[in-house]
Amino acid sequence: MLKIDDLRVSLEEEEKQIIKGLSLSINPGEVHAIMGPNGSGKSTLSSVLAGKDGYIVDSGTVKYDGSDLLETEVEKRAALGVFMAFQYPIEIPGVGNMNFLRTALNSQRKTRGQEELNAADFLKLVRSIAKDLEISDEMMKRPVNVGASGGEKKRNEILQMCLLEPKFVILDETDSGLDVDAMKLVSKGVNSFSSSSRSFLVITHYQRLLNYIVPDFVHIMVDGRIVKTGDKSLALHVEETGYKNFLQLGKEKH
Amino acid sequence: MTDNYEVRDVIDKETLSTVKSVGDSYKYGFSTDIETEYAPLGLNEDIVRLISKKNNEPNWMLDWRLKAFNRWKKLKQPDWALLKIPEIDFQNQYYYARPANMKEKPKSLDEVEPKLLETYSKLGIPLTEQKKLAGVVEGVSIADPENRKVAVDAVFDSVSVGTTFKDELKSAGVLFCSISEAIQEYPDLVKKYLGSVVPISDNFFACLNAAVFSDGSFVYIPEGVRCPMELSTYFRINAENTGQFERTLIIADNNAYVSYLEGCTAPQRDESQLHAAVVELVILEKAEIKYSTVQNWFPGDENGIGGIYNFVTKRADCRGKNSKVMWTQVETGSAITWKYPSCVLKGDNSSGEFYSIAITNNMQQADTGTKMIHLGKNTKSRIVSKGISAGKAQNTYRGLVQIGGRSQHSRNFTQCDSLLIGNKCGAHTVPYIEVNNSSARAEHEATTSKVDEDQLFYCMQRGIGEEDAVALIVNGFCKEVLQALPMEFAMEAQKLVAISLEGSVG
Ligand SMILES: Nc1ncnc2c1ncn2[C@@H]1O[C@H](COP(=O)(O)OP(=O)(O)OP(=O)(O)O)[C@@H](O)[C@H]1O
Ligand SMILES: [Mg+2]
Repeated sequence: MLKIDDLRVSLEEEEKQIIKGLSLSINPGEVHAIMGPNGSGKSTLSSVLAGKDGYIVDSGTVKYDGSDLLETEVEKRAALGVFMAFQYPIEIPGVGNMNFLRTALNSQRKTRGQEELNAADFLKLVRSIAKDLEISDEMMKRPVNVGASGGEKKRNEILQMCLLEPKFVILDETDSGLDVDAMKLVSKGVNSFSSSSRSFLVITHYQRLLNYIVPDFVHIMVDGRIVKTGDKSLALHVEETGYKNFLQLGKEKH
Repeated sequence: MTDNYEVRDVIDKETLSTVKSVGDSYKYGFSTDIETEYAPLGLNEDIVRLISKKNNEPNWMLDWRLKAFNRWKKLKQPDWALLKIPEIDFQNQYYYARPANMKEKPKSLDEVEPKLLETYSKLGIPLTEQKKLAGVVEGVSIADPENRKVAVDAVFDSVSVGTTFKDELKSAGVLFCSISEAIQEYPDLVKKYLGSVVPISDNFFACLNAAVFSDGSFVYIPEGVRCPMELSTYFRINAENTGQFERTLIIADNNAYVSYLEGCTAPQRDESQLHAAVVELVILEKAEIKYSTVQNWFPGDENGIGGIYNFVTKRADCRGKNSKVMWTQVETGSAITWKYPSCVLKGDNSSGEFYSIAITNNMQQADTGTKMIHLGKNTKSRIVSKGISAGKAQNTYRGLVQIGGRSQHSRNFTQCDSLLIGNKCGAHTVPYIEVNNSSARAEHEATTSKVDEDQLFYCMQRGIGEEDAVALIVNGFCKEVLQALPMEFAMEAQKLVAISLEGSVG
């Protein structure tokens, strides 16, 4: 599904490499978790995969379903099934959630050569997803993320995911800022959405989430590289001992 | 409220999806090949007399025009606006043009020349009595949810070619016709109110208009009448090198109500053309007028060649107690816009609102805003201005809020937001606030922001293409103003926002 090969990425603004030779292979149906200290480059990796401006790919390749992901336009990536739940979801004043969701869904369908969803079917679909995530009608009527609490924004990201039905999902700290109940809801949403053809890249600081969304692999990222890969027990280990043992690994690899 | 909300959302969506199909250039740039009768080039007393004669005007009207012309000769073109206006040679213009076969004014729409009807239908303005209206934006066809009718007065160059639903309106007591007709048929009303809001010598352009205006619309809503349909005027400049000087006079008598729409387009020409209109609104006790404009004159090309110079004086006089006026404007066209729809709040408890979207792209310049003159007690005004600039355009909000010494307990609220797309354009805010009594209050808020990269990325990550994303964000920015428009116009306006900004990103 996704194959990252020795990827190196620098910032456009300053000469600073953030991703320093990262390789990762994700097969359909797999859940991969990435953990790592602040500033190690997790969000940068997500942004590069999603196609955000401001980065220079120094070397390496990313293949997605056999095609060159880094050469694909942002909105085309989305239409091909790449979805990123933002660490900090963006507010768009004046643009209603419904309007935003419908525009997004139909843009993707159009790009894929599918027919647009009519207003009635769309409403039915959104309402059923919102209900599962316990997002109120009133929330749905607000402008995108404006005035929403941190947790509400994260739930909104999951709603977008369920609606857009992507194949490859990046969850960038979706658990941060969620209370226990909201985390269960979100995990339930993700789990009911996961299937043998969908893959997840879950970025988190807390082992807790991984009790609900159980990963097939856990990667530790330090200073722009994956320094250790294991199963879910690795997350528990990190929780107990922190990253200090891994920081050394990051340096040795230089 | 809930349902309303969803309808608007659906509209937003359809708006966006049709934008792409529209293409990127000005779609009203075609001209109609029709035999046109011009007055001789230039301006002098004889031309003024000629225009008056062509309209079969009574003497008092001619005298009024001549008075204006003599005043105009002594006035200077204003230069205080933040505009670079190329010198206008007022002697190198035609001041009157009409389709040759309009010599005899058609008595009904059946008599209007097919070519003219065709022009309007191409513009999306069916001059038949159909229950819909489109036309400032191509290709928007509106399934009117409330089945509302819209009566249209169509002005082509210097003359009105027809007015729809006249009889139906008349039976409700509403007078809706061209101003040239009104001068003949309702001279007392015209004499009483013409120039009573915008005096002859109010300003250079208004004075010029008073001398040479050739047509425009006239509306009178009698006491206690709620106009049974929306009224609209559709202005089209066709003839080359010809100024358009229309004059609109709307009177809402005690307890009357009317919602009025105005739309404008012009062909694409290399030469700039002058448009100097005057709109006067008279609002008596407990009456209300809503006046909405979607202005889409040809803006000139991306190098600033051609386009309409739009110098317009619009003013509402809230004479009666508890009277109300609401100006809503969406200004997307014109090479130069100089326009300040104003409210004179004379009656106690009267209120004025001004909602504006001004979009400038490429080389366009706009200096626009409003004046709120509070004279009566307890008067209220509200200003919501959204300026959007892209390309190398300059966009200025200029507003005056004046609360007089006797205007006790009056209130103003001004919200003035600018949005920049790219870094070669400019936005300026010039508010003048004069409060002359201690019980009154004026509040002003202003913001300037850029179309945010993170917002764009967020939209695009969800699959929305860049231009659609910009349109979505800008429409969100303008939402408050778009919501102030009647439904029919709101759709057109949203689409227009998207079209005007095409090519502004990437
Ligand atoms: N646009 C940018 N300009 C300047 N520095 C940047 C930019 N983007 C990322 N960085 C830097 O790159 C490094 C990696 O940042 P990134 O956000 O990817 O970390 P992270 O692993 O997601 O951290 P966290 O766990 O705190 O979310 C940081 O040092 C950050 O300051
Ligand atoms: Mg991060």
